[in-house]
Amino acid sequence: MSERPAKILAVASGGGHWVQLQRLRQAFVGHQVTFVTVGPCDTSVVAPAPVKLISDANARTPFQMMGLLLHMAWIVLRVRPDVVITTGAAPGYWAIRFGRWCGAKTVFIDSIANAGQLSLSGRLAVGRADVTLTQWPDLARDSGPCFWGSVV
Amino acid sequence: MIFVAVGTQLPFDRLVRSIDEWAASTPGRDVFAQIANGAYTPQHIEWARNILPTEFQARLEGCHLLVAHAGIGSILSALELGKPVIVLPRQALLGEHRNDHQLATAKRFGERGMVHVAQDETDLCRLLDQFETPVSEMKISSEASPELIRNLRQFISQATCNKRGA
Repeated sequence: MSERPAKILAVASGGGHWVQLQRLRQAFVGHQVTFVTVGPCDTSVVAPAPVKLISDANARTPFQMMGLLLHMAWIVLRVRPDVVITTGAAPGYWAIRFGRWCGAKTVFIDSIANAGQLSLSGRLAVGRADVTLTQWPDLARDSGPCFWGSVV
Repeated sequence: MIFVAVGTQLPFDRLVRSIDEWAASTPGRDVFAQIANGAYTPQHIEWARNILPTEFQARLEGCHLLVAHAGIGSILSALELGKPVIVLPRQALLGEHRNDHQLATAKRFGERGMVHVAQDETDLCRLLDQFETPVSEMKISSEASPELIRNLRQFISQATCNKRGA
């Protein structure tokens, strides 16, 4: 198995998404990680890894969504990641789409907040990310999402 | 200090008003509330609309109890510091969120004994009264489950391997 460090793009919206992404840091050890999240954010918590700040958007803010989409395309083209890992929501979805077009392997981890059903971005990620994960075993399906464990 | 947090995105007047009224009826309480863009402004407790992430962390470290909406960021941040948490889930029916995922979050974390769930405002006051004296609570690690970390490491390693082979 190759020991070459992977270039990882780790993406999350703010608040709970960002807290959950930080809990995955052990999985990134030995690799070259670029974080992407929504400001304001205490970037020192992931130092010395670089953090790129973006503006969030959702289904009800189409103009911001367009800006986010372009910004994320730019980030993916600049970073050229081997792997994209996201804990959602909209920024992670676009990182997955652009990442895959650029040949990256992609994982979308739906928030642990979605205990009853997958989020909108999670549902959209199924079949578009290489792997879409739920953090609740009873939400896993053969056709996706899968359950690989949780952030807690 | 009791730290109250409603998250940055949406107001949560029902929570803020309940705490404010509880504080008024039991003077001497040291309470700080982050209320976002709520219409209700507290009269009996210290408050701010939004605080920076560094101040949030400092407030959390200094508190003996977090009272919050059932947001994952608030819950996990408090548990990582071993702080007890009371949550009042936002309800879509009351216009407090787009859907009822916070009810599901509260239920699941409550079942695991990780948070105390207030069913309504009365229940919240009852729980607050129980926390007169600081108690030690569950503390979680700052890492995801070993299973998830292992699976992701394997995924990353395979991705790099395949790319090299291609």
